[in-house]
Amino acid sequence: MQTNTLYNSSATQPDNCINIQSSIASDDCHTVGNTSVKNPRMNCRNVDVFYADKQAINQVTLDIGRNEVIAMIGPSGCGKSTFLRCLNRMNDTIDSCRISGEILLDGQNIYDKRQDVVPLRAQVGMVFQKPNPFPKSIYENVAYGPRIHGLTSTKSDLDIIVESSLNRAGLWDEVKDRLNQPGTGLSGGQQQRLCIARTIAVGPEVILMDEPCSALDPIATAKIEELIDELHEEYTIVIVTHSMQQAARVSQRTAYFHLGNLIEVGETNQIFSNPRHKLTEDYITGRFG
Amino acid sequence: MSNKIDNEVLSASPNKSMQRVQASLARRYAKERRFRRMGISAVITGLLFLSLLFGSIISNGYTAFWQTYIQIEVHFDAEMLDPQGQRSPEALSAANYGGLVKRSLRQMFPQVKKRSDKRKLYHLVSSGAAFQLREMVMNNPQLIGSTALIWVAADDDVDMLMKGHINRHKPEADRRMKDQQISWVDELLQQGRIEQRFNTTFFTAGDSREPELAGIRGAVMGSIFTLLITLALSLPIGVAAALYLEEFAPTNRLTDLIEVNINNLAAVPSIVFGLLGLAVFIGFFGMPRSVPIVGGLVLTLMTLPTIIIASRAALKSVPPSIREAALGIGASRMQTVFHHVLPQALPGMLTGTIIGMAQALGETAPLLMIGMVAFIVDIPGNVMDPSTALPVQIYLWADSPERAFAERTSAAIMVLLAFLITMNTLAVLLRKKFERRW
Ligand SMILES: Nc1ncnc2c1ncn2[C@@H]1O[C@H](COP(=O)(O)OP(=O)(O)OP(=O)(O)O)[C@@H](O)[C@H]1O
Ligand SMILES: [Mg+2]
Repeated sequence: MQTNTLYNSSATQPDNCINIQSSIASDDCHTVGNTSVKNPRMNCRNVDVFYADKQAINQVTLDIGRNEVIAMIGPSGCGKSTFLRCLNRMNDTIDSCRISGEILLDGQNIYDKRQDVVPLRAQVGMVFQKPNPFPKSIYENVAYGPRIHGLTSTKSDLDIIVESSLNRAGLWDEVKDRLNQPGTGLSGGQQQRLCIARTIAVGPEVILMDEPCSALDPIATAKIEELIDELHEEYTIVIVTHSMQQAARVSQRTAYFHLGNLIEVGETNQIFSNPRHKLTEDYITGRFG
Repeated sequence: MSNKIDNEVLSASPNKSMQRVQASLARRYAKERRFRRMGISAVITGLLFLSLLFGSIISNGYTAFWQTYIQIEVHFDAEMLDPQGQRSPEALSAANYGGLVKRSLRQMFPQVKKRSDKRKLYHLVSSGAAFQLREMVMNNPQLIGSTALIWVAADDDVDMLMKGHINRHKPEADRRMKDQQISWVDELLQQGRIEQRFNTTFFTAGDSREPELAGIRGAVMGSIFTLLITLALSLPIGVAAALYLEEFAPTNRLTDLIEVNINNLAAVPSIVFGLLGLAVFIGFFGMPRSVPIVGGLVLTLMTLPTIIIASRAALKSVPPSIREAALGIGASRMQTVFHHVLPQALPGMLTGTIIGMAQALGETAPLLMIGMVAFIVDIPGNVMDPSTALPVQIYLWADSPERAFAERTSAAIMVLLAFLITMNTLAVLLRKKFERRW
């Protein structure tokens, strides 16, 4: 395990950071704070991500604990989504995207050649920034995952999964009378909750959420936050958010990204009350961007 | 820079900015109106040409759906048909039915005595009359010995006279119908022995040298067999190729090269595909000439690029977020494609396919190359029987000198257009049906 002192002694390290705005006092892009946790669910070590020749993530090392909610914050374009998509190999679908470093799930390198992405994505589910329900019925949207993974053998079991998933996503009462209507006919916020229901229907261990509430009203947002609170008893949740209040409300740890670098990570309370890095402080006090 | 100045001007006097908006408004609307007028006139011009085309074809061809028939009184003479009295099918089929027809005509016009006049008289009815009598006798040998009134097809010249395409006032030497023949026709008309009826022969017969016996059934069947082969091959191959290239293949030099070549193939003149088919299927594989299976193979080569390009465009238009959604909950690529992408892309693919099929239906040049231009009387019963296709039949008839073939050419074009319109309507309906699902 590397210590903070080592990280901070930038003089001893070759400066391979990608350009940071020089006006900001610190030109140190090495992570501040403790990146590791005890008994982690996922470990990311020295992750680099390139889109063609453009580097989007630079040497990110971060552990994700069991049953924790970790929030990722940072200015737009800093690579939060990119990093999130590395965690279930969604970046594989982008031809120009190359990843190096190691990402372990329960000690198993998910970028190993023998790793099958299908079970990986069933284990590490994802909710996207823009709601993207299938152009099928509401029922089919939720039932699709359990069906392809063969989670149930009978229709009644499937019905139970669909109902409980919709319930947990706070959508059941609104749609229980129109399960056969198209999912694309719902409002934006309902669609996003449908997508959350679809993800949890598969029963993943880790749920990646990319700004799940950006299209939701405060009431629906509160519902999702409640859901996150409830889910983290069993699941590990990585959530990207632009709302610092939300990060403060739902997460135990927070990671701050800036231009592809993981600048600071720590207990959420500490990050918001007492940021150690100048960039973090600027961002959360609203002085940045 | 200029922005800044504008801003100063605007912020200085909000009224003035409103004035500017008002002033520009008129110009903007005028522009829009101009554009609309241009669009409407383009559409009208198109419709005008279309109605011109349809008008000329229909006015030329509608008469082909009627045919003149002449009633003759036939005595099925046992002496003449079956002198041995065996009633064996061989004897009956070889008997001289033409003689029966001629005898009836002579009896109807006993005043005709000269040999050359008799020949003119015989010319009034179609040579198909003898076949008609033979078929009647073969089906019902009991007819022998009896006398019956029978409607037989008139010769195409009589037909043309009845339809007004032969001018009686021209000098006799310039017309195909001589004065004498015209007087006979008039006499028959007075007796009510000439009638125009719906031309079923046109829809039930194969090609013939005699216009009144010629039909498009053979060509239609040939076209149907050819298109069935084309559809059965090009749809699965085209869709599979598009799916692979769009969803599975890595993007590299090779796939770029393939893409460029597919686009090139789409622009290759169809006659080249005909030559290719001639060389490969007939020359190398030794398949027979003039058969729909080779026609179908050649048209498959020609249609594939169209279908692949349309299918790829349809796949491209499926939003990537659908793929991500499916992949994100652990669907395999195959499941993603077949459960979510393909159903979304299907309407576009079907539209492309039907457009490709419509092109194939109208294609003539490659079929000429592989011998589907032969004169074939028999109606093909399967994909290995020699046949022609509709556009080739049109080409063949358009080349014939008889006036009666001219109207049949137009009629055949109408049939082809009817098929095309049906197919294109189908394309629209299919798309509507699939799109309306959600
Ligand atoms: N498919 C792609 N191809 C090329 N570059 C990309 C691609 N996706 C993202 N990038 C680039 O990578 C960088 C990080 O993008 P990313 O989407 O991860 O940002 P983000 O932190 O999620 O921003 P936001 O908060 O706006 O969602 C950006 O500079 C972006 O331009
Ligand atoms: Mg993002």
